[in-house]
Amino acid sequence: MKFQFETIADFIAMNGHGPYVWASYAITFAALIFLLVSPLLQKKNFIKQQQKLQKLAQANPAADQSVE
Amino acid sequence: MAWQWFHRLGSPRWFYEKTTAWMPWLAALSIALLLTGAVWGLAFAPADFKQGNSYRIIYIHVPAAFLALAGYYIMAISGAVGLIWKMKLPFMVMKSAAPIGALLTFVSLVTGSIWGKPTWGTWWEWDARITSMLILFFLYLGMIALQQAFTHRDTSDKASAVLALVGMVNIPIIYKSVDWWNTLHQPATIKFTSKSTIDPSMLYPLLIMVIGFYAFYALVLLLNTRVEILRRESRTQWVSDLISATNKRA
Repeated sequence: MKFQFETIADFIAMNGHGPYVWASYAITFAALIFLLVSPLLQKKNFIKQQQKLQKLAQANPAADQSVE
Repeated sequence: MAWQWFHRLGSPRWFYEKTTAWMPWLAALSIALLLTGAVWGLAFAPADFKQGNSYRIIYIHVPAAFLALAGYYIMAISGAVGLIWKMKLPFMVMKSAAPIGALLTFVSLVTGSIWGKPTWGTWWEWDARITSMLILFFLYLGMIALQQAFTHRDTSDKASAVLALVGMVNIPIIYKSVDWWNTLHQPATIKFTSKSTIDPSMLYPLLIMVIGFYAFYALVLLLNTRVEILRRESRTQWVSDLISATNKRA
């Protein structure tokens, strides 16, 4: 197994196919990063929001039922 | 005894607690596989004698397309299990699978289109494989839209499960499209029943990418399902305890 290109510049150019190959990889990895980050952020926001609600409920127990 | 695991699957709490420990391992495994496969495929696999370097797109295009299809199975089967055994958890899995599948289908369409330009000389062709993948994309979008169309969660879950099952018709068409209609799209590269039409030096990185995509899919499906569990069970004691136990800085 060896590096298939003479220079780094050749690796980036890929005999003219560079823009196609790199664009595909960029789009794919951007999508994968989005798929990974999105549920993590959603969980973080959900927990934050629920903690706020818990605080409110503790401060005012009578209002507990109305909190959605 | 043998069916105990199946009944436990009906318990979102059990599932949430069980999968917590898996998350870092699954994340490490999938990221390691994806990076290894991508570097191998981009820099160390030999160039194709016909297509040159543009073929390196195969290392992301094929795994993304595999998971777009496998994701549909997972979504439809979860929907069926939810409908038949009236369990809560499968519907949460089904709901989480829809946006992931939609994005992966989109990725396989876009990378295919980019690959098509230097190889076929066109960005788009109404070829059977491409058209059936586009229909798959619309099915996923339909799932997402349908889930948001109902205010009642049970109705939404049941209707979406039925749509997912009806859409299953498209899956064998996608698989067989390259054999039934001999158009632009090349036939399958990896075959399970006969010898693959690809050299081992090109096949190994592809297999690593496929396994990496499966692991990554499992990771993000679990992450999304776990958020959905918290949302739907937000009024239960265990979620309430979990939230108050979570570090406030989070």
